[in-house]
Amino acid sequence: MAGQGSGAVPGDGAGPPAPERVLFPPTFSVSEIKNKQRRHFMFLRWKQQQRKEKLALKKKRRKEREALGDKAPPKAVPKTIENQRVYDETTVDPNDEEVAFDEATDEFAPYFNRQTVPKILITTSDRPRGRTVRFCEQLATVIPNSHVYYRRGLALKRIIPQCIARDFTDLIVINEDRKIPNGLVLSHLPDGPTAHFRMSSVRLRKEIKRKGKEPTEHVPEVILNNFTTRLGHSIGRMFAALFPHDPQFIGRQVATFHNQRDYIFFRFHRYIFKSEKKVGIQELGPRFTLKLRSLQKGTFDSKYGEYEWIHKRREMDTSRRRFHL
Amino acid sequence: MTTKTQNFCRNEYNLTGLCNRSSCPLANSQYATVREEKGRCYLYMKTIERAAFPRRLWERVLLSKNYEKALEEIDENLIYWPRFIRHKCKQRFTKITQYLIRIRKLTLKRQRKLVPLRRKIERRENRREEKALVAAQLDNAIEKELLERLKQDTYGDIYNFPIHAFDKALQQQDAESESESDAEREEEDDDDEDVDKREFVEAEDSELSDFEDMDKLETSSEEEQEEEEEVEKKASHSKSKGKTPLKGPARRKRPYIEIEYEEETEPSTKTKAA
Repeated sequence: MAGQGSGAVPGDGAGPPAPERVLFPPTFSVSEIKNKQRRHFMFLRWKQQQRKEKLALKKKRRKEREALGDKAPPKAVPKTIENQRVYDETTVDPNDEEVAFDEATDEFAPYFNRQTVPKILITTSDRPRGRTVRFCEQLATVIPNSHVYYRRGLALKRIIPQCIARDFTDLIVINEDRKIPNGLVLSHLPDGPTAHFRMSSVRLRKEIKRKGKEPTEHVPEVILNNFTTRLGHSIGRMFAALFPHDPQFIGRQVATFHNQRDYIFFRFHRYIFKSEKKVGIQELGPRFTLKLRSLQKGTFDSKYGEYEWIHKRREMDTSRRRFHL
Repeated sequence: MTTKTQNFCRNEYNLTGLCNRSSCPLANSQYATVREEKGRCYLYMKTIERAAFPRRLWERVLLSKNYEKALEEIDENLIYWPRFIRHKCKQRFTKITQYLIRIRKLTLKRQRKLVPLRRKIERRENRREEKALVAAQLDNAIEKELLERLKQDTYGDIYNFPIHAFDKALQQQDAESESESDAEREEEDDDDEDVDKREFVEAEDSELSDFEDMDKLETSSEEEQEEEEEVEKKASHSKSKGKTPLKGPARRKRPYIEIEYEEETEPSTKTKAA
């Protein structure tokens, strides 16, 4: 006991650098020191020691590797969440015939057969505030052939037939809460699926650092990353159907929908090829992330709609390695 | 109940809502109110005679749905009552009808459904979103995708990066030329064999004519040259297999060789013709 409390430093460290619960000679674990300053000091010392040991171990391992040369065992791949992802049975195989057949006959077939040109209506919920309004405008510049209309209390169910009559192919409704946009409803119009997303981290153009000039009128290319399951596939096609089929490469603009762990990140860039192995991208345009909440078969109908997929928290959020898109 | 500026009365039969001597239902033995229940308005009255019977204290009269008729009914029932109470009853009735109308109008429009956010879940989702963002490495992914599209020629001829394509094309051609050269070498070997055979034949024939002797001599010299050149070629080819840049000039040697062969045959044909 005398050795422990009184002397400032030489409590633990003086002993051999040994595992914590060393039995002989008896040392006290760092957490048992009552004095905060001393405890902190001892803890730092212990941490430094751990770091040194780790470094030494690394060096030793690397030397062994080099010594073995070609015969060294291959480097271990670190586990990531994407590696450990629970296998989803609805993952699409690129050669799957059934999927190909489905896609040829679903609601997006006319788009992909180039029979229809996308025309998009962007609107908001009632009484949008400034941020939402500006976001809608910027979104309209990003998506070609889109129009923004404000809704003054009109019911969605009534505007949908009007839109169909005027040849709109898609409807985007941005829901607002407390002056920031927080939801997105994307509906493919002639009787197409409706997807409801939760939108977060919306950045307007002026909030993006190092941004380029305004997006031009050229039709951008579309990149859809990581949409692997059937559900992801259909959502990906929904996004692809927003943009006209033939991108204008002169514009050098690209819109990306990147799915990572069920979050869809939207970015809009301008690219330039510096050489054939290097490309530079510059972000322009708004950015936001989406998380799918529900997918409905018909057009927007909250009461009688037939839901293809709803996010049910208790069933679907049970595992950290399970994703649905 | 008191606020900074006003006293409010919590009694449900109060006519104005304020706590005054004149508008307190407890303080006045003759009192009347208008209240509505399930969309219908009633006139409630209290008189002195019934003060001893609390159960029968308030008398209730259903008012008509028609606004003017209801006002008349109020007047009828409250005839000879103090002006204040009559006036305030009618005012209250007016206000009630107005808000009932508004309720009916609003229920026809879409109603906003409030969904409560769950704080823990919101926090969890935000955290996961940040981690997913870090894991996504968006810039790299986009760059990779664009480069792949460039490689697969989706951009066509817009971007002139000839180096890569050129190298590929060169390598392809060289591979073809190697195979060609092998084939031609085999052909030439065959030719040599044929020529050798021919030599034998011509040798037999040469005894017959001088021309053919000369031809034989010439052809043999040609063949020697060819062989030498072929050897050289083979050597150069073997050398060039090690290094690609030599292939260019090495390749160019071949057509020259062939031309020489053809040139030398011409005089023989000419001599033959002659």
